[in-house]
Amino acid sequence: MSDDRSLQSRRNALKCMAYGGAGTLFALAGGVFMPIELAVAAADKQGAARLGKPLFVQISDTHIGFNKDANPDVNGTLTQTIDLVNGMSEQPALIIHTGDITHLSKPAEFDLAQQMFSRLRTTELHTVPGEHDTTDATVTEYFNRFGKASDNKGYYSFDHAGVHFVALINVLQFKPGGLGTLGTDQLAWLAADLKGRSDSTPIVVFAHMPLWTIYEPWGWGTGDADQLMQQLRRFGSVTVLNGHIHQIVQKVEGNMTFHTARSTAYPQPTAGTGPGPGPLKVPAEQLAKMLGITSVSVVKHPHSLALSDTTIA
Amino acid sequence: MILGRYRSLLTAVSVAMLWWIAACSPSTAATSDPTTVMVKDFMFEPVSLTVKAGSTVTWANTDDEPHNVVSDTGLFRSGAIDTNESFSFKFDKPGTYHFTCSIHPRMVGTIVVQ
Repeated sequence: MSDDRSLQSRRNALKCMAYGGAGTLFALAGGVFMPIELAVAAADKQGAARLGKPLFVQISDTHIGFNKDANPDVNGTLTQTIDLVNGMSEQPALIIHTGDITHLSKPAEFDLAQQMFSRLRTTELHTVPGEHDTTDATVTEYFNRFGKASDNKGYYSFDHAGVHFVALINVLQFKPGGLGTLGTDQLAWLAADLKGRSDSTPIVVFAHMPLWTIYEPWGWGTGDADQLMQQLRRFGSVTVLNGHIHQIVQKVEGNMTFHTARSTAYPQPTAGTGPGPGPLKVPAEQLAKMLGITSVSVVKHPHSLALSDTTIA
Repeated sequence: MILGRYRSLLTAVSVAMLWWIAACSPSTAATSDPTTVMVKDFMFEPVSLTVKAGSTVTWANTDDEPHNVVSDTGLFRSGAIDTNESFSFKFDKPGTYHFTCSIHPRMVGTIVVQ
């Protein structure tokens, strides 16, 4: 996937689904998704300074503990990512981590990740777990460290700068053979959470697995996401973010923008390429161009948010 | 009494034969092991395994990606099984046991215990 191809097909990308490239900045204005700037080029060390005024930065799939060929130094690439964020001319108000903090849910992996995150200049960190964070036998390691915000449920909401943020968990309650699941309890909680909120409130929803079906054979979707979308449809600006697939895929549907973030650890193959969604080994010089963050800014408060993807090299 | 002695002999012969098979065909031992489920290319192989009650089944992962094994009924749940690691569980009672990889829930399999 080259960035050139991505840029060439930009118009198509806006209509349906596409793979974004580094440095593409999108604005959602009046329900119309449009590129407003192509400011941040890959391999541009000043990229961080040109990101503008971010509302928040999304980090995803740090996979601390991974040590295979696809990236033997995930600590190093996370360090580069943190340096990139810390080097932004204006610090984001908050950081969102969309899961797979660790690779194997081991206590030492969580401890190291937390230690590394503590170096972020922006100290407000909001997380959701990925399925790699919940493989310990008792499913407690993640919640012991990050469960407070959600009272150990995994889902919660908060407000910042007039934007309503909703964190969802879709990596528990798997149906065998199926996709991710939100579940009736979480959906009922969300209905109550959104009730009484004005349609003009910008909403940012984030979870680990995609909240729309990208590729069912690999489980890249959430089985009961339709019920979520019914609740969100009335809002004028909805931004739905996730990680999990280690590459950028996006879709616009009415007032909703769906966007997946890159990993900071290793890329994965495009949908359906190879036996499954495992680590993709690329030449060493290409790796850093396939890892990065998503930055979200308010363009025209309160109705439009802009998304920008930046790679670490 | 005689029958019992005969049974013991039969068991001894069976065990000896199994040992002989295992010892004399080391190259196929891993894949033909009747109590091992290989976890490879995001699939369980075989997808359905039949064993005798009291058998210990081992899941062996050779993918670069970790997998796990979670019983549909909650009977067993492995931690993450990383590359070249394995997980074992002893099945005492006859029955049909379905399991899935909760990291990749498309991966499902069955152990039939006789």
